[in-house]
Amino acid sequence: MNFVSNTAQQGGPADTGSIPGQPRAGGGQAGETLTRVGRAFLRQRESTVFVVAVGLFIYFALNSSSFVTSTNLPILFTQDSAPYIIIALGEVFLLICGEIDLSVGFTYALAPYLMYYLITYDHVPGLLAILIALLMGVVIGWINGFLTVTVGLPSFITTLGTGFVILGIVQTTSHGEPVTVPTDVAGAQHWLGGNWAPFIWAVVLTILMHIVLTRTRWGLHTVSVGGNQLGAREAGINVNRIKYGNFMLTGLLGALVGIQNAFVTSSIDPTAGGYLPMFYAVTAAVIGGTAMLGGTGTVVGAFLGAIVIGMLTDCFIILGVSANPLPIIFGGAVLVAMIANVQLARLRARGAQ
Amino acid sequence: MTAAPELDSNILRAEHISKSYGAVTALTDINLRLAKGEVLGLIGDNGAGKSTLLKILCGFQPPSSGAIMLEGQEVRFKSVDHARSLGIDAVYQDLALINQLSVFHNMFLNREQVRWPLLKNRAMRREARQHLNDMGVHLPSVEVPVAKLSGGQRQAIAVARSVYSDAKILLLDEPLAAMGVKEAAIILDLVRDLKQQGEVSIIIIAHNYGQVLEVCDRVNLLQGGRITYDRPSSQTSVAELTELVVAEYREALEERQRLGR
Repeated sequence: MNFVSNTAQQGGPADTGSIPGQPRAGGGQAGETLTRVGRAFLRQRESTVFVVAVGLFIYFALNSSSFVTSTNLPILFTQDSAPYIIIALGEVFLLICGEIDLSVGFTYALAPYLMYYLITYDHVPGLLAILIALLMGVVIGWINGFLTVTVGLPSFITTLGTGFVILGIVQTTSHGEPVTVPTDVAGAQHWLGGNWAPFIWAVVLTILMHIVLTRTRWGLHTVSVGGNQLGAREAGINVNRIKYGNFMLTGLLGALVGIQNAFVTSSIDPTAGGYLPMFYAVTAAVIGGTAMLGGTGTVVGAFLGAIVIGMLTDCFIILGVSANPLPIIFGGAVLVAMIANVQLARLRARGAQ
Repeated sequence: MTAAPELDSNILRAEHISKSYGAVTALTDINLRLAKGEVLGLIGDNGAGKSTLLKILCGFQPPSSGAIMLEGQEVRFKSVDHARSLGIDAVYQDLALINQLSVFHNMFLNREQVRWPLLKNRAMRREARQHLNDMGVHLPSVEVPVAKLSGGQRQAIAVARSVYSDAKILLLDEPLAAMGVKEAAIILDLVRDLKQQGEVSIIIIAHNYGQVLEVCDRVNLLQGGRITYDRPSSQTSVAELTELVVAEYREALEERQRLGR
């Protein structure tokens, strides 16, 4: 089943006896099943971040009476987690195929403005304006793909450049002024910015993208391109198409998050988005087990990683602790996760000999 | 298979193929033919242009000039997929395996079985296991990532992938390079079986002239981007082929000495 996870933590002596379907002597039936489930769990790349997420949740729930409340939970999941989850879905696909998008946070900023301009100045119907704004995200993704794949720039540079350009467009067209969401699209408020709506979007999209990554040709070819680009090309995989597609996916998701954020906060702000949500999304992906070496990555891990980030952000505020040291924790988590990734890869390589 | 095939019976012909990368010429006026059901050995020293020629014949890269004739018709391969749809499949020297993917996903790479939009993993797993068993390659599981396999096992998987692709023409670039004696025997037996069935035509690049003469009907020698020798296997020997290649090296050496380097 799950080809990405299967590559993750095998290779240790622990899984030599766990070839599926192979009967083992001794031990009670129930105990054996439990052991097998336990091993299967530990073999998942996501298990570490899952344990961390659950542990943090329990810790904060026990230490703060205002954590598990009907006011705080929507903030935690909808405002502090959902945007990073959704952006991370795109970044995971890009990281797996060996690329990155630094510009997505600026697409995030531009999309709601485009929606606003279309409605206010061009009298475009609200729903159509939202669709065009989403499409703009796809177009920005295509431009990133063109510059990276066709022109041949490293995606780090491509998206560094396009990010600045988009930021400039946002600042110039908005004159740096925030605006309010037009009343024409008030009907979409409930669906895009409701109390739990962005998080429900995040969950549904996570499930969808997990299936795409693990059960479809697109996912398989994304892994192939990142794992062995020449080999993928030799096997006839259209490497360029995969990369273009994943840039366009990321642009689309960035635009979606930007529009959602406008509805959540009821305002459109030129300083929304930017580098922070992008870096949080990449952080979520790395904490979740996506090595930036290409060829491996997990959608579910990124989802959990983003929730860990959300919980930490949220709880420093609730617990009344200064948020100033928060980046130290994020930075530490990224480094620990990456060291674990590299060490695991080394162990796997040794196991292969 | 002993009689020289007539021109019309050639399933594949390369006519005046040249390839250069900027100022570097890799292939010069290559004329090569492959009869239906024939096994052709392509030998030559490292850098002679064997892999370049193979990558042209399988659609990975276009020639700088010249034509490829498939069953008498000129074809221009647009891509590897295009060549594959016309029945040509290659095993590359680097094997084109994806380390992170399982054995069975590698065996179906880019021709996955799909019930749109989902992969038919169960069917592919079963078929992969079946094909490998048929070949005599025994793996504990087709689920393991190919990174964990030995060089020979990896090579066997790459060969199995092409052999079971229903290709009419197979191009094998050093299919025996990383193989132990037993694994090499498996592949050589496979080639012999295919030859007996007579449905598939094969070009093999190899360095072991003994193995080449064992399975090939005919041998072409590539030297410095040109085909310099074309003879049925029955009319040559390991000693002669070795001498031809070594002579090339000696000439180059003498040339260098004459130039005082």
